Amino acid sequence: MKIKITTKELKSDFAKEVEERSGIDVKKCYQCGKCTAGCPVAYEMDYMPNQIIRFVQIGARREALTSRTIWLCASCITCTTRCPKEVKIAELMDVLREMSLEEGLANPLEKNITTFHEAFLNSVKKHGRISELWMLNEYKMKRPKTALQDLIVGPQMLSKGKLSFLPHDIKGKDAVKRIFEKCK
Amino acid sequence: MQIEERTKIGYYPGCAITMGSSSEEYGTSVLRVSEEIGPELEEIHDWNCCGASSAHATNHKLSTALSIRNISLAEQSGFKEILAPCPMCSQRLIISQKDVADDEKLKKDVEDAIEMPCNGDVKIINYLELIKNYCMDEIAEKKKKTPKDLKVACYYGCLLLRPPKVLKFDDPENPTSMEEIVEATGAIPVDWELKTNCCGGGFTLSRTDVVLKLTNDILECAVDAGADAIAVACPMCHANLDMRQKKIEKEYNRKFDIPVVYISELIGLALDLGPISLGLNKHFIDTESVVNAFA
Repeated sequence: MKIKITTKELKSDFAKEVEERSGIDVKKCYQCGKCTAGCPVAYEMDYMPNQIIRFVQIGARREALTSRTIWLCASCITCTTRCPKEVKIAELMDVLREMSLEEGLANPLEKNITTFHEAFLNSVKKHGRISELWMLNEYKMKRPKTALQDLIVGPQMLSKGKLSFLPHDIKGKDAVKRIFEKCK
Repeated sequence: MQIEERTKIGYYPGCAITMGSSSEEYGTSVLRVSEEIGPELEEIHDWNCCGASSAHATNHKLSTALSIRNISLAEQSGFKEILAPCPMCSQRLIISQKDVADDEKLKKDVEDAIEMPCNGDVKIINYLELIKNYCMDEIAEKKKKTPKDLKVACYYGCLLLRPPKVLKFDDPENPTSMEEIVEATGAIPVDWELKTNCCGGGFTLSRTDVVLKLTNDILECAVDAGADAIAVACPMCHANLDMRQKKIEKEYNRKFDIPVVYISELIGLALDLGPISLGLNKHFIDTESVVNAFA
């Protein structure tokens, strides 16, 4: 495998930065690969979970933060559960996703996933709770290629009363909005 | 044990299982069963969404604050315990509670964001814990129906069990609490391999292909183990296995037609509560075979 690391990246201490943000010490990882062996989504990833940890260990910041892997991690936490060195790998993925967004490095090939997160949180920000129908609507408007998916399931959900046109507003929705403001 | 003597438990339904949402039958059946055998549940006033995967995958502080607001509201109402039947919610609430307990700075930031203090002494439990802690005697006492030869694959998924060091619930590799509850209803739990595998959860819209593959493996394993139905305690697992089942069949060219029922619905059927009052008519895969087994 060939990856690019700049001299600046090599000199920086990416692992330390990750540890300061999250308390996760990636240096404990000895690359046994148990996380990858149990990962249900590894077959779709561009880099295996243990390779992502290696990137953090050696400072390959850009490779880690632009990978599709960090978005494809389903947060099932099988890796963390089984890691013999108690490295919190699934939680590391959360930190890397956060950093990737902050630095504008999120992989465009997984735009469906990042757009879903945006639509989901916009609904919470607006109403305090998820309004599934309106969240779906925002997601599909932003990802028109997915618009034709679920043309059968959607109406069936409506007819079973499992989707509601009324948004689920809470009384404290302004308080929730302030939470979003303060947690930017 | 007298139900009347217990203090009420704070009920945090979360978005997915409230009325007019994708998994409302889970909420309906949880409440119906609790009416019948307790313990008494009282909805936490003006609760908000826990933020689910979308918050924790993109903003740790936001995720923590959204969850902690609900815990603080419950504390203010004097609840000692919170039931969160959706494992996404219970997992987020428990992890957030631990994160603020371990990190003074985070706690301060979160309290500032939610404009409320957070003491951290409320216990958050999932639905299986509620049943095991409060309802096993009641089920045995009030059970009216025993299903005829109903084999059930208990599917836990991820969020009830992992991360085990934080959630501290059951064995993360081979849990058995749902099997104990299924046995209490008179159904027969089957032994199968994928009960703690991931269904793809929140990728159902953004990476449907991943969900179809993972759920196909799960359905195949359950059916091959001889299960007549799959029992779940998670709205995401249910949506992916039930609502997506027709699509999975088409994609992988195999007919499953296996009902996926909430554990609360099974308990309700054993108590002889009406199938419609439990929401069993809301499923995509017909649940008639399960209902009839209890006839």
